[in-house]
Parts: sequence; C-alpha cells; structure tokens
Amino acid sequence: MPTILPALAAGALFGLGLIVSGMANPAKVLAFLDIAGEWDPSLAFVMGGAIPVAALGFALAKRRAAPLCAPAFSPPTKQGLDARLLGGAALFGIGWGLAGFCPGPALASFAFAGWKALLFVAAMLLGMAAFGRLSRPAPGPAPR
Amino acid sequence: MSTHFTPLASLLGGGMIGAAAALLWLSLGRIAGISGILGGLSSGGLSSGGSERAWRLAFLAGLIGAPLGYVAFIGMPGTEIAAGPVTLVLAGLLVGFGTRLGSGCTSGHGVCGIARLSPRSIAATLVFMATAAITVFITRHLTGG
Repeated sequence: MPTILPALAAGALFGLGLIVSGMANPAKVLAFLDIAGEWDPSLAFVMGGAIPVAALGFALAKRRAAPLCAPAFSPPTKQGLDARLLGGAALFGIGWGLAGFCPGPALASFAFAGWKALLFVAAMLLGMAAFGRLSRPAPGPAPR
Repeated sequence: MSTHFTPLASLLGGGMIGAAAALLWLSLGRIAGISGILGGLSSGGLSSGGSERAWRLAFLAGLIGAPLGYVAFIGMPGTEIAAGPVTLVLAGLLVGFGTRLGSGCTSGHGVCGIARLSPRSIAATLVFMATAAITVFITRHLTGG
C-alpha cells in the first residue's frame, strides 16, 4: 500500500511537531492569543518554522508533474473570497479562542490530555456532521 | 495563567509540522489540513473510494499514535486545559462547523495555504486569528477572567 506509509509518516511527524512546538498545549495557544495579557509569542515561531519548510516542499513539487506515490496533485479548487470562507473562519476562531484547541492538537493530545480532548473532539465531529447535514441537498427518497 | 516563551522548541516543532505538510504534498499531492482530512472521512464527498479513505485514516493514525509513543518514551508533555466541559463542547461545535464552512483550520489555511500564497487562506487566517484574539480578550479581560 504505497499511499498508507507516507500518510502515516506525515501524520506522525505532524503530531510530534505539535507537541515539540507547544501547539498541543491549550494554555500556550491562549497565551499567544492573549495579546493584552501576559503575551507568549511562541506560536508565531511555530508558524515561522512551519511555513518556510512547507513552502520549500510546495516549490519542489512544482518541478514534478505528479506526486511520488499518487497519480496527481489535488490542490484546493475554490477560488476567491466569499462569505462562507470568512464566516467559517470567524466561527472557527471563536471556538479556538474559547478552549485553545484546534483540530490537529486536539487529536494529537489524546495521548495525554484525557477526557477534555475527547469531549472537545466529540463536539467537533458533531459540528462537522451538522455542517455536512446542512450543506447537503435535502435527503430525498431513494435514488431512481 | 502564564506560559514560558519557547522560541527554539516552537521553531523546531514548527519545522516538523512544515516538513510533514511537505511530505504529504510531495508523496500524495494532498494538503495536510486536519479539518479537511477529518471531514473528508465522514462526509465521503464525491470521490470516496477505498484508497481515499485509507490515506486519511493512516494520517490520523500517525497523528494520534505518535504522541502515544512520545508519552511512552520521552514523557508527558506539559499541558493545561482551563476550559470546563460546557466551554469545551461549545468550542468543539464552533471549531467543527466553522472549519468545514470555511474549508480549513490552522493547518490547512494557516500553514499550507500561506505557504502556497493562497489569497483565500491568508484571508481566512487573518480572520480566525482576529476572532480568536477577540474571544480571548472578552473571556479573560472583560468577563470573569
């Protein structure tokens, strides 16, 4: 299974990076967002470390017609700014600011954050399912 | 609640996150956006074949499993979650719904999207950073705190 191994490795590296960087600690995330309080700028360094390395990967990929283990690149297809993008980002930010968890760190912290991470992720999956239900056309009768 | 400033560890960990995003793009041509990977599992989408599901599950297994290894071999990372159950549920609902509506979270927009210089991702990141900071300001400095 050629697609499983690189995906597993990328997920593992991502999870370890979240721990090493401090991003998996909600207190640190909130301290970064708390500009008026005892501001901890560490998470700007996470972005500062992640973005150039990721950009290098995307630049290297431009020389290739296809990825190493898949038939084609799958870039995001949506273009332009719209109310869904900005409204969704606004709601996400409110949730992120309330608890200090975003999706990756919440999953990565299952190993050490106990029931709080599980509860957050359960609610997050419910929120995702609610969106799926609302955005899908009304579930009609059985297909023809 | 105050935390220590950790520029080197955060830079190193950030580099690992960026390397993971680069690896997923170079090997499979996929964006390492956690909400998208997770959402694509449940919503199925138009192209939900077996391999479509397999790489997502493998990525999530690594994301959840590697920290278990970290705890076993290195130790418990420092973590502090001040939010109570009601706040966690409300926050989770907003994060789940908002990331699907806005097509991404900190990883997909904040890391991959900015690295690709996507105008959508740059705008989304500015918006969620702003509403997150405003939320923290309100909860910590205007109410209770």
